[in-house]
Amino acid sequence: MNLAITIFVAIIFASIIGTVLQQNQPYNDYIIKFGPFWHEVFLAIGLYNVYGAIWFLILLIFLVLSTSVCVYRNAPVMLRDMKQFRLNVKEKSLRLMSNSQSWTTSKNLEEVEKNLQYYLKLKGFRVRVKEHEDHKVIAGMKGAWNRSGYIFTHVGIIIICIGAYLDGSFGLTIKEWTGRIIPETRDIRADEVPDTARLKPGDSISFRGSISLPEGSSSNLVFLNIRDGYLVQELPFAIELKDFRIKHYASGMPKSFESDLVIHDDRLEKPLEQTISVNHPLIYRGYALYQASFGDGGSNLSLLAWPFFSKKIQTLEVNVSVNKKRSLNTLAGKYTLEIDDFKMFNIFPNSKEEKAVTGKRFKNFGPSFTFKMRDASGVANEYHNYMLPVTQNERRFFLTGMRSSVAEPFRYLHIPADKDDSLNRFMAFHALLYDQAKVKRIAEASVKAAMSDANKIDEKLQADVVTSMMRLLTLFNQGGYAAIDEDIKKKVPKDQQVNVAQAYVKILHNLLQNTYLDMLKEEGLNTKKGVSAEDSFFFEDAITALAGIGAYGSPVYFQLAEFKHRESSGIQITLHPGQNIFYLGCLMLIVGIFMMFYISYQRVWLILKLEGEKLNIIFAGSGNRNQRDFAEEFKKLAAKVEEFTS
Amino acid sequence: MSVPNEFMRSEIQPSFIKQLNLFDWFFAVLLVVGSIYAFQKYSNLMDAYEVGILFGTAISLIAVGWIWKPARALMFYVALISLFAINLYGTDLASAENNFFLKFLFSAQSAIMWMSALFVMATVAYFIELFSGNAFTGKVATAMTWSATAMGFIGLLVRWRETYLHGIDIGHIPVSNLYEVFILFAIITALIYLYYEKLYETRSLGAFVLLVITAAVAFLLWYHFEKDASEIKPLVPALQSYWMKIHVPANFVGYGGFALAAMIGVAYIIKDAALKRNPDGLVASRLPSLDMMDDIMHKSIALGFAFFTIATVLGAMWAAEAWGGYWSWDPKETWALIVWLNYAAWLHMRLMKGLRGTPLAWWAVIGLFVTLFAFLGVNMFLAGLHSYGEL
Repeated sequence: MNLAITIFVAIIFASIIGTVLQQNQPYNDYIIKFGPFWHEVFLAIGLYNVYGAIWFLILLIFLVLSTSVCVYRNAPVMLRDMKQFRLNVKEKSLRLMSNSQSWTTSKNLEEVEKNLQYYLKLKGFRVRVKEHEDHKVIAGMKGAWNRSGYIFTHVGIIIICIGAYLDGSFGLTIKEWTGRIIPETRDIRADEVPDTARLKPGDSISFRGSISLPEGSSSNLVFLNIRDGYLVQELPFAIELKDFRIKHYASGMPKSFESDLVIHDDRLEKPLEQTISVNHPLIYRGYALYQASFGDGGSNLSLLAWPFFSKKIQTLEVNVSVNKKRSLNTLAGKYTLEIDDFKMFNIFPNSKEEKAVTGKRFKNFGPSFTFKMRDASGVANEYHNYMLPVTQNERRFFLTGMRSSVAEPFRYLHIPADKDDSLNRFMAFHALLYDQAKVKRIAEASVKAAMSDANKIDEKLQADVVTSMMRLLTLFNQGGYAAIDEDIKKKVPKDQQVNVAQAYVKILHNLLQNTYLDMLKEEGLNTKKGVSAEDSFFFEDAITALAGIGAYGSPVYFQLAEFKHRESSGIQITLHPGQNIFYLGCLMLIVGIFMMFYISYQRVWLILKLEGEKLNIIFAGSGNRNQRDFAEEFKKLAAKVEEFTS
Repeated sequence: MSVPNEFMRSEIQPSFIKQLNLFDWFFAVLLVVGSIYAFQKYSNLMDAYEVGILFGTAISLIAVGWIWKPARALMFYVALISLFAINLYGTDLASAENNFFLKFLFSAQSAIMWMSALFVMATVAYFIELFSGNAFTGKVATAMTWSATAMGFIGLLVRWRETYLHGIDIGHIPVSNLYEVFILFAIITALIYLYYEKLYETRSLGAFVLLVITAAVAFLLWYHFEKDASEIKPLVPALQSYWMKIHVPANFVGYGGFALAAMIGVAYIIKDAALKRNPDGLVASRLPSLDMMDDIMHKSIALGFAFFTIATVLGAMWAAEAWGGYWSWDPKETWALIVWLNYAAWLHMRLMKGLRGTPLAWWAVIGLFVTLFAFLGVNMFLAGLHSYGEL
């Protein structure tokens, strides 16, 4: 009994550890968190997988053993309580009971006995009578099922543990201990996984694994995660994913995840087609297939590569699929393009203000893809590009996010879209800034115009201004404002830096503006009367974007032109033969609990003893549940019994 | 068996069914007719399990109403007012702003505000009753608690309808997030308390029990005003299941029972200390006997434990359907097990070892903190599958 409580407490503490310390994470995370020493200690005592640890198994075995011993010891007592009326009860022990009364009557014994029997039956008692030498015992009992509640609950717990043992991972743990299996930790193709990490159908009585199936593919394998590795479990049938769908609510939140599966099995006359979704698994031959997750299954993307840092606009069409790599020759050398993911929808919650305007809780930014650009030395930056321009402050931008490590958030470059929602104008402006000859002509013209206004024609000064303009532009093209800032810090005394910076920015903007105006003229716009608000916003946005290109880290911008979406569905596959045993145990536990709490087990005894003319009656009772209630009930019962027997 | 004498004949008690009067039968028929109507009208939206739950609920409500007669009045008023409010709504959600009754009384939001106000007022009234001994104040407190409970139920039922007015595919039973289940917690705890209040004919525990309900209401209001939590949102796919309709309410009968037991535990500890210091003092004389409190504490833990067991098993069955395994050692599951083991040990010590008194009262109070962590803490501090009630 006390052992049971001790085991309860031990399980409670083990469970708390298992929830506070995140289980089955990559070992590196633990090393970072706890340091190498404690990592080794925690690993050794199994704290990373508490519920699979051998000491936890021993704890559960102890629970089962202790409960079994309790049942073995107490069940006979309970069964006896249900059957035996204790008709040999002694007068003395009745008097010692806490609910006990006695009185005398002059009534006839037979009549009293008959009435008592009748009355107790009326009150729901089963009644037995036994004649002794000098007295009679009448015993009553009701709510005997209460006693079996004990048996039900305890046997229920044992059965639950047996079911859970069958479905747990202990079979695998033992196989691993004896060295029959060794989990694979390398990231290799399934057919390259050695036999030591492969399980045939029937090798394990239960398992829980998952597989990610791209649309149109099929597989008969499941991966079982074991700590920092995995095992490959073969299935006796193959699963094909025909289609995966996400349905959305009007607000944009996902409403359902569905996979159209086809089961191919030699046992079947024709393949079995079934759609599974969350909460609606398919159970086939005892194997249960669940909709667990989803991802990209290798969508085909056709990208348009726009080169930066060049006066020629030469786009290149690149066709790649997700999870594939591809090498690219760029002006800045050889790069590897690695496509990591494609997303059809990017749904974000609207802020309160946006909600007030649009009336919607979510906004959708449309398709996007993430990729890495790895240079020849192996250093890579990660990018996140949206396919369609996104509206911000009533202007449209192509968003492209960049980060150099996974730990950072993406920083987004906002490239303004032109009237046709295309990149053409921005890229034209960008290319123009690299056309040294053309920009120089523009610079010269603008300097000449500015100086002729002041009636000072100094050719050398003009040439100097143009040179410094071109120098500033080169700096700006290379690294934006930061590059100019750095240049100033290097060359200008500290006390003049602010003034010089202001002058530089003015000169640079002058040049940029004139270049932009030149481009507008070439587009055929009349700029004499000034520029429209739209075009001037575009200029500002373009400058901001251009200033960021230097730090962008990629010599090209990838625009997503077209895509063929191919999804994959994460399917969890389990074999749990102990499930129904587990449920049976649960049912017994619940039935037992209700029997124990809500059936009142009561017994009463009456000893009738003739002493001369008088009849002595002793009435006593006991109830195992709610002593207080029973005491009340007994008092009432005794009062009645006394009333009609005296 | 021979014919008993006259006296005995008067003792013959008719069976439970025979004791029911015409009104009891009328009540049952009304419920059956109501559920048949609901079935006919909405069966196209229900799967077989949900039809089972509909009629199962009707049968359970009949049983509750027959065993605990005052519950019938509650059901009657809740049904009447909810239907009234739903009728006022029609098919237009905007009625909540235009219609007087909806705007100020019976839209889900208003009803829940009324519930909150009434619970707080009831708490104050119970405290006044406790210290002054004024019987009338006590009656007012009880009436307020009943009204608050009714308003809570009306709020949830009308909200259920409102979810459907947001869109037929958005509609769901309002026990899907922390905001909604806090309402459920408050009214179920209040109901269990009201049952024992009548059974034991004492109002002096009301102040303690309503304190925990007021705490829940305070959280609810903070959650509503700070986090905009009362907004109706569609269900994530994992929650779209008939299991939610039975798993969640069963759980909250459990939580309610445990909360009630803990608050009575507090009263028990106070009374015990007061008795030692001054047996004739105000506190010692106003609170019920230790014996009675021990008894109610035990009964409400037993009730909570029984329903918590059912809820956990239902949860396991749901998990088997949604997550691919009836037990995954997910933090929520694990903490449910911890709560279960805790109260199993409590009951074990009482039933088998005969432990009584202050230790058990303290244990019940600590149990509430364990339960609270399982209910709230897991969602706040631990990651897991069961993260529907995030703050």
